[in-house]
Amino acid sequence: MQLAVLGGFVVAGLAPLLHHWFGARTPLVMALLPASLAAWLLGQWPAVASGEVLLLEWAWVPGLDITLTFLIDGLAWLFAMLITVIGALVLVYSGEYLRGHRDLPRFLVVITAFMMSMLGLVLADNLVTLFVFWELTSITSYLLIGFNHTDLAARKAALQGLFVTVGGGLALLAGFSMLAVAGDSWSLAELTGRGELLREHALYTPLLVCVLLGAFTKSAQFPFHFWLPNAMAAPTPVSAYLHSATMVKAGVYLLARLHPALGGTDGWMITLSLVGALTMATGAFLAIQHTNVKKLLAYSTVMALGTLTMLLGIGTEGAMVAFVAFLLAHSLYKGALFMVAGILDHETGTKDVTAMGGLRRVMPLTAVVAGLAALSLAGLPPLLGFVGKELMFESVLEASAWRPLILLLAFMAAFLTLAVAAIVALRPFFGAPRETPRAPHEAPHAMLAGPALLAVLSLSFGLAPGLLDPLVGATVAGIGVGARESHGAVHLALWHGVNLPLLLSLASLLLGLLAYRHWDRLRALLARLEPLMARGPEAGYEALMAGMVAVAGWQTRMLQNGQLRNYLVMTLLVLVGLVGHALFFRHTLALDFSLAVYLHEAVVAGLMVAGALAACVMRSRLAAVAALGIMGFSIALTFVLFSAPDLAITQLLVETLTVILLVLVLFRLPRFATLSTPIERLRDLAVASLTGGLITLLMLSVLAGERLPRISDYMVENSQPLGHGHNIVNVILVDFRALDTLGEMFVLALAAIGVYAMLRFHAEAYDARRHATPPERDDG
Amino acid sequence: MVRSGTLILNAAARLLLPLQLLFSLFLLLRGHDEPGGGFIAGLVAAGGFALYLFALGRRALSEMLKVSPRDLVAIGLLLGVVSMLPAWWVGEPFFTAQWWTIPVIDFKASTPLIFDIGVYLVVVGSVLTAITALVKTDQEDDAR
Repeated sequence: MQLAVLGGFVVAGLAPLLHHWFGARTPLVMALLPASLAAWLLGQWPAVASGEVLLLEWAWVPGLDITLTFLIDGLAWLFAMLITVIGALVLVYSGEYLRGHRDLPRFLVVITAFMMSMLGLVLADNLVTLFVFWELTSITSYLLIGFNHTDLAARKAALQGLFVTVGGGLALLAGFSMLAVAGDSWSLAELTGRGELLREHALYTPLLVCVLLGAFTKSAQFPFHFWLPNAMAAPTPVSAYLHSATMVKAGVYLLARLHPALGGTDGWMITLSLVGALTMATGAFLAIQHTNVKKLLAYSTVMALGTLTMLLGIGTEGAMVAFVAFLLAHSLYKGALFMVAGILDHETGTKDVTAMGGLRRVMPLTAVVAGLAALSLAGLPPLLGFVGKELMFESVLEASAWRPLILLLAFMAAFLTLAVAAIVALRPFFGAPRETPRAPHEAPHAMLAGPALLAVLSLSFGLAPGLLDPLVGATVAGIGVGARESHGAVHLALWHGVNLPLLLSLASLLLGLLAYRHWDRLRALLARLEPLMARGPEAGYEALMAGMVAVAGWQTRMLQNGQLRNYLVMTLLVLVGLVGHALFFRHTLALDFSLAVYLHEAVVAGLMVAGALAACVMRSRLAAVAALGIMGFSIALTFVLFSAPDLAITQLLVETLTVILLVLVLFRLPRFATLSTPIERLRDLAVASLTGGLITLLMLSVLAGERLPRISDYMVENSQPLGHGHNIVNVILVDFRALDTLGEMFVLALAAIGVYAMLRFHAEAYDARRHATPPERDDG
Repeated sequence: MVRSGTLILNAAARLLLPLQLLFSLFLLLRGHDEPGGGFIAGLVAAGGFALYLFALGRRALSEMLKVSPRDLVAIGLLLGVVSMLPAWWVGEPFFTAQWWTIPVIDFKASTPLIFDIGVYLVVVGSVLTAITALVKTDQEDDAR
């Protein structure tokens, strides 16, 4: 399986080549990949259904306890199945939707890579592996939202989706690290067994906050819901796949997966059920304000994601059954509806439902499919959506915390969703035919196959919900609520008898139809709320981004102002601060002032000081350079005196090269000028004295005593036996510390390239200016 | 300003360059046991090339060098990276030094030597890149 997933990335990379061979049939060929994975998963079903947890071991970085082990239980199986089956259908669909599109190969590369990342995410057992796949889905989602990269709005939406999900991902990484520390394992299979330990741990609250942030941003929970509707800038197959059926469910998947490890506390229950209920109501409320069919569906996806989170928060076994049923129902109908929306867009050339009408005459099959899927969305019998909604109401009535509020929000969401379903299924297909930008035709088979299959599945599971019992049982066992033995005791049924949930359904049906009849008036009414809406969480995001840019601009102007003197001051002050802190607070100062100097040493030191002083007061550049040279050669002399020939040679050569470089640049520099005010010069003097004084203190304290075992002893002893060399300096450079040297080589290379690029491009810009100014000469 | 070499400088540069290069190679190879090594040797070689450049100009230097200094940097980095691979081949940790003796001339070859040659090339290449870039703009300025 691991090989299949990793190989899938290779296949993704080969998509352009395949496109070269198969042309427009490439998506069909590539659909074989998820289809065969789905077949393999189906083969594992008997084991999964019997409650077995399959562990496919694969060491990745054993030293860091990172594995590529896959874990397949009911929960993972359900998600993997949804990913592969809907993935195959979406690939077939997109072949027709993007037929002849110039960038079809690119689309196939990214969507296949996404598919494999998502599969890796739901199958991963290791936290690090899960996180890697998690981030990969964010990145591929970014590339897919921005697929039409010439469109500014698409690029902006892509970036917004990326920032929100990756920002959450950062929190998730912190949460995972704490989780691994608290649970003493990186493996999900082990962590889920240590729930009590984790819930008692001191790190529980911070890690819960971080993990929830990650999951909520990914699954577009309030107040992070705004990125999902904007992500509708992506091509419709992407919306159907990533932004309704799979990726946005990753957060919900993670919550379900961690439920046995983290769930059950008050914090978990209240946060999840309240945030979920709020998201649910917000999504449904915002949905009916839109006339764009994709936005309508996107907000209803937000509503569904909220429902799922809320059910996890309620946390009873009934709620988990409802969770699984609702999840499956939503993936089926929402995938189908998005593909229908794509068909409408493709055939009529508009996404506005108010601009369409009477399409059932020209597109009867599409109308039937849309109707079935919408019935499921509305939660009407005999579709799977009805089963899901009844179970949802039942669980809400079981909720332990904040029951009346949650019930109110759930009821509101239910009737508004019904109105949305009616808008999507009735508005375009019934009523008088309308002029659309394109003359509509029935959709091609390749585009209808996917939604039709999903709609039929919704219907048949709705008519015979008993078919799902083993799957729901196995999945609930995977979430770990209720005893293992009780699975198989799960029974889904279409008819629960006349009870409170049914009455709630009926009431929401009536209210929903009412809302649909007066939709236009309702919208006009809600439009007045626009100024309030404009202050929503998205405005907060915009403000945050603008603030970030402003701060970046300010600190760049502060720190990187292009004046070498400022850079030097900053660097030296940081050096003084850090070294000074370590010297004064971490050690006790013991200075050794015993001076035993030979005369010639004093002369060399005196030369050095004289050179430095002269360089400061000289009024001519050449003289200053010469003074610095005196200092440099004195240093070389010091090395010779203390028998470090390597250093002395290097110092001499560097001095020589400095002369060469100076010869080259001296004539190009402007006249020697005094750029600093007297006050600035005083400041520079202070910084210089501080630095010099501190380094002197450091040297004296180093000489005063042997604070640490001398590392040079090791080098001296082992240079010959281990490094086979007598020159210790060289052995250190090329053997003991070769990695450091390699890093320095790269730095040197970068510096050279930097100098080259700076001079080169500066010269070219200069050229361009010169050639632009005197055009007359060329004419003459 | 750089093209106008005098006769003495020209002749000296031509004569000195081979000697300086030979000396730099000597420093490079003895570096493991005596003062020397890739960095110092690279600086010596770069000094020799710089003298040649001053005497005969940039074009003469690039004609003699045949490769661009930037390529020298790249080759040096490549050698530095390659020198850590043999350790993997024999299953030892990354960057462990490997030693071989070449039989006939009894010369000790090793990955640290390859690495040192990499350092040498990066130093020569970097210094020459900077210097030739400076000279290049100089000459362009003069031409106008």
